[in-house]
Amino acid sequence: MASVDHSIEKNIKPYDPSFETMVPTPFVKFMRTCILWQIIRFIVINIKMLIVVQKSH
Amino acid sequence: MARVVVMGGGVSGHTAATFAKKWLGNEHEVVVVTPNSNWNWIPSNIWVGVGEMKKEDVVFPLAPVYEKAGIDYRQAKAVSIHPEGKEGSDTPYITIEYTGQGKEGQTEEITYDYLINATGPKLNFDATPGLGDGNGGLGNYTVSVCTADHAVHANNELRKVFEKAKQGEKQKIVVGTGHGMCTCQGAAFEYIFNIEFEAQKAGIRDNLDIQWISNEAFLGDFGIGGLHLKRGGYAASSKLFAESLYVERGVDWTIGAHVSKVEEGKLYYEQLDGTEGEMEFDFAMLIPPFAGVGLKAYDKAGEDITDKLFAPNGFLKVDADYTPKPYEEWKASDWPRTYQNPDYHNIFACGIAFAPPHLISKPMKSPKGTPINPTPPRTGMPSGIIGKAVAHSVVDLIKEGPNAHLHEASMAEMGAACVASAGKGLTNGLAAALTVYPVVPDFEKYPGIGRDLDYTFGEIGLAGHWIKHILHHMFIYKAKLKPGWTLIPE
Repeated sequence: MASVDHSIEKNIKPYDPSFETMVPTPFVKFMRTCILWQIIRFIVINIKMLIVVQKSH
Repeated sequence: MARVVVMGGGVSGHTAATFAKKWLGNEHEVVVVTPNSNWNWIPSNIWVGVGEMKKEDVVFPLAPVYEKAGIDYRQAKAVSIHPEGKEGSDTPYITIEYTGQGKEGQTEEITYDYLINATGPKLNFDATPGLGDGNGGLGNYTVSVCTADHAVHANNELRKVFEKAKQGEKQKIVVGTGHGMCTCQGAAFEYIFNIEFEAQKAGIRDNLDIQWISNEAFLGDFGIGGLHLKRGGYAASSKLFAESLYVERGVDWTIGAHVSKVEEGKLYYEQLDGTEGEMEFDFAMLIPPFAGVGLKAYDKAGEDITDKLFAPNGFLKVDADYTPKPYEEWKASDWPRTYQNPDYHNIFACGIAFAPPHLISKPMKSPKGTPINPTPPRTGMPSGIIGKAVAHSVVDLIKEGPNAHLHEASMAEMGAACVASAGKGLTNGLAAALTVYPVVPDFEKYPGIGRDLDYTFGEIGLAGHWIKHILHHMFIYKAKLKPGWTLIPE
């Protein structure tokens, strides 16, 4: 059985403000710095930003 | 020949001056008055503040750029505005005091046909006892990342803390806003997460207690009342995403706080619910509140008319609706469109220098009556757009006469693209890339959330970091007026 990554839970304490929010799962954290995926996001984000920039000028 | 005088050479003033000169050519004069010898790409100061960039990476000298552009550059601070001239002359003028060019301390009068106030903020450290040095400068107990020199000093102090942490000593770091009425929460956000990122890299994170303190009523306010992003089929508040990052990175927060005093290793604060507390620290970066730079104004007879031109906060009045009204009655149309002064139509303001009609975030105060609410940010993109629009208006007035159409750039009708760094690294850096449309929420047009969800978005990742780093190079390239600079949008 694969070990479970508990790192995201280390800063959460029951009934603290930290208990009431959301934290990323290991997969989400991995994808944030996955080069291939981030190249795609780079293109998408730039397109979205250019649209907003054009709308604002 | 007309003369346009631009006070200020920051993002907004430099944009206004360079476009004005480009459009006016050599037939008319453009004068820039700024006390600084360098232009500073301020968004990258946080990287200087953690040692990921040097001062030389974020500044460049203005003189050669202005010489190339044919702009008359005076390294001086503007002191007063005389919009009606003086006895014996109706020609309006400003008075300046040189800070460089071999004329330090000398005063001079510069007449103008059109005046653009782009003086930006006075970093009002002294508004919080102990935050300043008593003479308007940064005090000894905390650091700042507002200027490149401040950021260099901040990194030097941070390295001392990191060294102690490496030796096994627990260190406490506090980052946030140093007064109940600060803006620029975004810069503090970037700094705290870059510190945390560097600490992880250095292997000392477990020896650091990193805390946030700010005047926001909720995390993710950023001075714009927060925003909503589409995520997983929901329109989710920036509060959720901000809190998520703080928890993920182990940064505790104290919000709704006005820092009332700073001493060696300790700050005192008051919160919206009346709580009063103290925080000890080994290292603290607290953003100061902003005010206008302190320009005075006089009429033809020499009478003080500063209150006529400027709001109490020192920012120049423009075509905004300054009628005091409760939050529930605020409208998008309160915000200025042309940035023209209502009394002197040849005076404009752009960037941080114009007086906003009111806050963007909801006004709040503690039971003692202390205002604790973020003031409106004017980030790089709106500042650049406004500077360009004002330059365009001035140029059209010169070329077409007093009935020329004025260009409009309301913050309630423009968006902003912002990138907030959470760590620098080519393959492991992170930044939150955001767009918000419009900057000032329009609750009539977009009921409930005030913004257009189709054009307001955000996500955090390595791509955001690449974008921030590219923007650093791109905007410095543009500011240096290198080939094709006008093709780069503000």
